Amino acid sequence: MRIGVITFPGSLDDVDAARAVRLAGAEPVSLWHGDHDLKDVDAVVLPGGFSYGDYLRAGAIAARSPLMQDVVAAAHGGLPVLGICNGFQVLCEAGLLPGALTRNSHLHFRNRDQGLLVERADTAWTTSFQPGQRIVVPVKNGEGRYVAADADLDRLEGEGRVVVRYVSTTPGSGVDANPNGSSRDIAGVTSADGRVVGLMPHPEHAVEDLTGPSTDGLGFFTSVLSALVVAA
Amino acid sequence: MSATEGLSELDTAPGRTSRLDTVELATRHPDDEQPYAELGLRAEEYARIREILGRRPTTAELAMYSVMWSEHCSYKSSKVHLRRFADLPKSDALLVGMGENAGVVDVGEGWAVTFKVESHNHPSYVEPYQGAATGVGGIVRDILTMGARPIAVMDSLRFGAADAPDTARVLPGVVAGVGGYGNCLGLPNIGGELLFDETYAGNPLVNALCVGVLRHEELQLAKAEGTGNKVVLFGARTGGDGIGGVSVLASETFDAEGPAKRPAVQVGDPFTEKLLIEACLEIFAAGLVTGIQDLGGAGISCATSELAAAGSGGMAIDLDAVPLRDSTLTPAEILMSESQERMCAIVEPGKVEAFLAVCAKWDVLATVIGEVTDGDRLTIDWHGERIVDVPPRTVALEGPRYERPMARPADLDALQADAPPSTSADLRADWLAVVSSPDGADKSWVTEQYDRYVRGNTVLAQPEDAGVLRIDESSNLGIALSLDGNARFARLDPYTGAQLNLAEAYRNVAVSGAKPLAVTNCLNFGSPENPEVMWQFAEAVRGLADGCRELGLPVTGGNVSLYNQTGDVAINPTPVIGVLGVHADVTRRVPTGWRAAGESVLLLGESRPEFGGSAWAAVVHGHLGGLPPRLDLAAERALGELLASLSADGLVSSAHDLADGGLAQALTESALRYGTGARLSVPGDPTASLFGESVARVVVTTADPAAVRAAAEAAGAPVTELGTTGGDALVLDGLLELPLAELRAAWTATLPALFGSPEATVGSIPAGAVPTS
Repeated sequence: MRIGVITFPGSLDDVDAARAVRLAGAEPVSLWHGDHDLKDVDAVVLPGGFSYGDYLRAGAIAARSPLMQDVVAAAHGGLPVLGICNGFQVLCEAGLLPGALTRNSHLHFRNRDQGLLVERADTAWTTSFQPGQRIVVPVKNGEGRYVAADADLDRLEGEGRVVVRYVSTTPGSGVDANPNGSSRDIAGVTSADGRVVGLMPHPEHAVEDLTGPSTDGLGFFTSVLSALVVAA
Repeated sequence: MSATEGLSELDTAPGRTSRLDTVELATRHPDDEQPYAELGLRAEEYARIREILGRRPTTAELAMYSVMWSEHCSYKSSKVHLRRFADLPKSDALLVGMGENAGVVDVGEGWAVTFKVESHNHPSYVEPYQGAATGVGGIVRDILTMGARPIAVMDSLRFGAADAPDTARVLPGVVAGVGGYGNCLGLPNIGGELLFDETYAGNPLVNALCVGVLRHEELQLAKAEGTGNKVVLFGARTGGDGIGGVSVLASETFDAEGPAKRPAVQVGDPFTEKLLIEACLEIFAAGLVTGIQDLGGAGISCATSELAAAGSGGMAIDLDAVPLRDSTLTPAEILMSESQERMCAIVEPGKVEAFLAVCAKWDVLATVIGEVTDGDRLTIDWHGERIVDVPPRTVALEGPRYERPMARPADLDALQADAPPSTSADLRADWLAVVSSPDGADKSWVTEQYDRYVRGNTVLAQPEDAGVLRIDESSNLGIALSLDGNARFARLDPYTGAQLNLAEAYRNVAVSGAKPLAVTNCLNFGSPENPEVMWQFAEAVRGLADGCRELGLPVTGGNVSLYNQTGDVAINPTPVIGVLGVHADVTRRVPTGWRAAGESVLLLGESRPEFGGSAWAAVVHGHLGGLPPRLDLAAERALGELLASLSADGLVSSAHDLADGGLAQALTESALRYGTGARLSVPGDPTASLFGESVARVVVTTADPAAVRAAAEAAGAPVTELGTTGGDALVLDGLLELPLAELRAAWTATLPALFGSPEATVGSIPAGAVPTS
């Protein structure tokens, strides 16, 4: 299995995403934003970072890069696509996922270990989890507040397209479960066909006991391998 | 006339209008008066420039000398003392020593590590966000210049009283700036310090450390070799920001007007720097440069003169080729500009095309601005006329140096005689006061604003004692780093204080299980023109050098920041010491927190009633006096070796260094890390045991106390069994009981209460925070 990791100017977690792909048992393939070449990969990860320095709006310029035109077309054809943090922002800007990510309600960049509730365990990127499973992965963003019109939020929830929601990492600690003021504690959403997933937290930072708060994040990358095996 | 006002006339020949000042003009009119004093030069320094050149300098040359001979660039007051570091015994671990952009240390397996800490104190007071951000950017470029990939940053911060209105202006901006720049570069922030004292009210300290990693053969040096090789300027365009930053801003004492010097602060663009890093690493890998230098303080003046001075020949620069953000800049302004995110490379003519292609791939602007010549002059032309013709060594290397007068502070005897209190009236209340003080409190408000995960090699980060990084995923080779700078100890005795800071950083690295290898430093002091400050500086340098000799560690480089004072009030002397250690197997790292119940808690080291300069004396009694704790580097060394062996043998599950706040602080942090309490019994005088700050002490937890005791006794380290982990409180038999919930509430509430709840909208400047004069 070959999983592409796109590098935009300002991508930062591309090395981490490639490591996670490798640890999950697949071959990471570097993709360059300026090429029209998906290199026949079986799935694509858009990593975290500050593509184009977050200038204009986070993800807005990257969403218009040459390679993203190929990603959008391939996604409409069912290619599994995962957008993490800045990658999620790019997917929203590219129109592959609904909603938008705006400045955190408290206006700070915030990095902490974050509890998440997996609500959908049947997307291309979440089959390794159980529905209702609680996991812990790092969150780190300055513009991670998920927003959409109330009607759109109602529709997303009605269609079951919320993949992960923020929950308290240490229940009873008094620390707010929601790290950035996201609407309805939404941390990640999926496309109607369950092939495209975007989330603000960073599963690629929770793939080794040595460096992560858990290894829960690995499940996103092993999931897509199962999805690809099933599809094949 | 202020210095910046003087600049507008700089490129006009003195006494004339609308005529470029050239070498030819300077020769014909040798006696024209020049505004050297406004540029920070003294009369004798100006006279020496005239002597070197055999004529008056052109206005462009005067600009270059003024920035390069500033305190910041020339180390003119500190150089005679810093020789002590160069005199230390040679270390096999040191691949590149002092004098380059950063020292380079062999960490084994063909890997090398380069690390350095640098101050950006003055700019951060004037413009907190940009000052701190560009401080990070500057030190990252220093590391990059050595051929290394930058892999992490740390920050050591000092502010005025935590509840002072101006602290609420400066601190949030500094923290956001450190985070904003480092996060956007993709560098994890793995640790640092945050401390408060009123002496920093007008002089916050922002010391940023960067660490980078390279293979031995990837080392790059800053020198211009090879006649005919091209000089390439690449990165951001040159603008009007930061002009005179090193001479006007960093090398003078602030007056009461304070932040009137905003235009001298640079503005950072981390996105451009990220592209610059990736482009440079690709250029290095392809072998496209023969020498490289970053542009920091003093900009093009510094990069060209340093490259030429370190090389074998001269250099000719066509200043018209420099890409500008502002077309109205004068040549002197271009030479002095400290616009960020710029580098200068020496490239063989046959490799220029490939060099430019890599830059184009990363959208990095690159321009050939000159070439290496076979002469021994640095020449710079503007509009076809020669405006600079100087021997580069006289600019970069042969600046003035002073043996400044020194005097032991007149108040020091009284200060040392003023012994601190030694008995706590209420242990429980004092405990809560110490751990909830701004210095002792939880720093999450700050550290949550920093990315600690990016790159996926962060093994330990704040609030751990040391930051620990994996270097090699296949072998698990790793490094540990700590930055420490207790200024209260240095105030009471700068010689011992500097060594105590070294000992603490050494211990913090050892606690993680690493073997300490090398030392860097950032020496923050008041005005060198004050003999008492100069004495503090010299004593601290002497102490650090003696300490390094005793511990067998080389000093790989460092940074000196002087003039940290407003009016007559200098900061407490603040030598911030960084220690680098190596982990042969980083999976053996030892964290500070207690995870498991039922483990034995042991104290290694000897506790004495030492309260001079302690956090307890400061917080509870508002007292600073007496002598700092007794230094025992032999004990530190033995303890360090013991900790390394305990880590390698997997005998301890946690280890926490005892420093500010003593045992009370350490127990609080270890217990709250994962919410595991303990029942303990503390022998001896309770005040000394809980709040004394005797050094060479560590608390460890273990499932095998007999083995740890045996190892400690073999190493000659005193061992005291304190009790057992477990429960949801810290219980000290017969003394006090602290439920973890109460302790956590006290410990975590302080910084949010001072600087805004993380949930609240923060960012407005409190009324009265900005001086209006």
